[in-house]
Amino acid sequence: MAKVILKLENDISTDDIYPGRFMATVLPTETPQFAFFDRTEFNAKLKAKAFPAGSIIVGGENFGCGSSREQACSTLKGHEVSVVARSISRIFLQNAINLGLRVVICPGIEASEGDELELTEDQVLNRSNGKAFEQVKLPAARKGIMEAGGLILYTRARLMAKNA
Amino acid sequence: MGMTVVEKILARAAGQASVKVGDVVEPQVDLAMSHENAALVINQFQEVFQGTGLAPKVWDPSKVAIIFDHRVPAESPKTATNQKKIREFVTANGITKFHDVRGDVGGICHQILPEYGYVRPGFVVVGTDSHTTSHGALGAFSFGVGATEMASAWSLGIAVNIEVPATIKVTVEGDFPPMVGPKDLILHLIGLLTAQGANFKVLEFHGGTIRRMSTSGRIAICNMSVEAGATSGIVPGDEETVRYLREEAGVTDAITCVTPDPDATYVRTVDIDVSSLVPQIACPHMVDNVKPIDQVVGTRVQQIVIGSCTNGRLDDLADAAAILRGKKVAEGTRMLVFPASSKIFAQALDKGYIHDFMRAGAVVMNSGCGPCLGVHEGALGDGETALSTTNRNFKGRMGNPTGFVYLCSPMVAAASAITGVITDPRKG
Repeated sequence: MAKVILKLENDISTDDIYPGRFMATVLPTETPQFAFFDRTEFNAKLKAKAFPAGSIIVGGENFGCGSSREQACSTLKGHEVSVVARSISRIFLQNAINLGLRVVICPGIEASEGDELELTEDQVLNRSNGKAFEQVKLPAARKGIMEAGGLILYTRARLMAKNA
Repeated sequence: MGMTVVEKILARAAGQASVKVGDVVEPQVDLAMSHENAALVINQFQEVFQGTGLAPKVWDPSKVAIIFDHRVPAESPKTATNQKKIREFVTANGITKFHDVRGDVGGICHQILPEYGYVRPGFVVVGTDSHTTSHGALGAFSFGVGATEMASAWSLGIAVNIEVPATIKVTVEGDFPPMVGPKDLILHLIGLLTAQGANFKVLEFHGGTIRRMSTSGRIAICNMSVEAGATSGIVPGDEETVRYLREEAGVTDAITCVTPDPDATYVRTVDIDVSSLVPQIACPHMVDNVKPIDQVVGTRVQQIVIGSCTNGRLDDLADAAAILRGKKVAEGTRMLVFPASSKIFAQALDKGYIHDFMRAGAVVMNSGCGPCLGVHEGALGDGETALSTTNRNFKGRMGNPTGFVYLCSPMVAAASAITGVITDPRKG
């Protein structure tokens, strides 16, 4: 079980998650400070480590649209939050899988800030409103990357095999 | 069963006779492009090689392109240091398709790649920039990836585990009315499809309007295909593609255009007639919030921006200069012009467009991404409004979360600069 710490509308762009003016900061160790920077209160709480690991951000349709900046994923990964959204933009989804940011696609999700959610294998259970919602499976093509623990480890294994 | 253009390209690049939607393939990468975010790619790339005992060398330095454009010249010591590290990496790896901060061969990556003939029809192109969709204008399958995915491509020379995307066929017919052009077409299409209407899909462009359109216009529509969520936009290579590559990019080797089979399968078809299209405006804060211009005419504008990878090419500057020639930018409005490349800047100088802009009161800046992504020059003040020929209007996009960005064609931007309010160029 984990708490919904932020409920967002449709079409949340990567400019919202990680504003362009911080793009010169690239290292995953440095990006977390700028997560949702212009949502001042939320950013302050993240930085103060007010939320336990696994806390959930609920998004609407097209979460993570816009720029391909990977900082938008590393910034959230750094705070160990999970994202549950009705749908997720292609590049953001790919980046999340590549970096091991937990993302769940759940087209019917109904949740409010403060709700307690349980993420099962194929459902999202909202313990606060008693409803269950089906997940859409992440692309099967990406299974190898998820199982390897991210794209860096996956690529390293492929590289070693190639040069063996 | 017939194949779409992207299916054909992926089949060839994956060494297969055919592929179909949903197949997982690993295409060879023909071109891998990055800009300043190569700093992060290098970091991830070096991590891939850690503990392998192998030297971190890119798989084929002739297929890697790095172009500085997002923050040129550097706006901060941090950016300058990133650029310095990238230069060292470029030298160590023997990367030749490198465009530094220069007034002769510099410019925005999505202009440099076509301009120097780096992209060819049938290529698989990956780029660490969402607007990598631009290069579909030359008949390539070209899509944006994150930095780690690029590090993987640099290591292995392939795009790993790519799912063959479904394709939407967009057929465009009719002649554009005066003061209406490719930018209005793509804004109209994004409004129609919505911001996620083409998520995980390709937009394949056909029809007489597209066939008659210059490569410049095609780049504008493929560039913004990602604003409908598309993996890529693509115009199948044709006579214009070959003309552009031969005459403008100086390509001398063989060019092979890839066209779809007549019985290719499309997930959806969209037909558009542009003969009655009016200027289109994407309103704050989403690119699919598109309205015909009459609904926003009169909106006060503090900053006009003409340029970017979407609309900073010579024909865009010509259209804007023709409207501004002998006129003045309105008091209380500032106008910024960013040519898409140094070469275009020089051509615009020769043609007199730069003088037209400067005499009108516009500030002409060096080629680069400029204010489009809010990290360099041209930020908005609190509550200010910009009218821009760029491709995104998300909250905070032009450097200020309290600002408002409207997107439009170069003609609308130029006509509005004179009045200081959003103005219909057909009536200006």
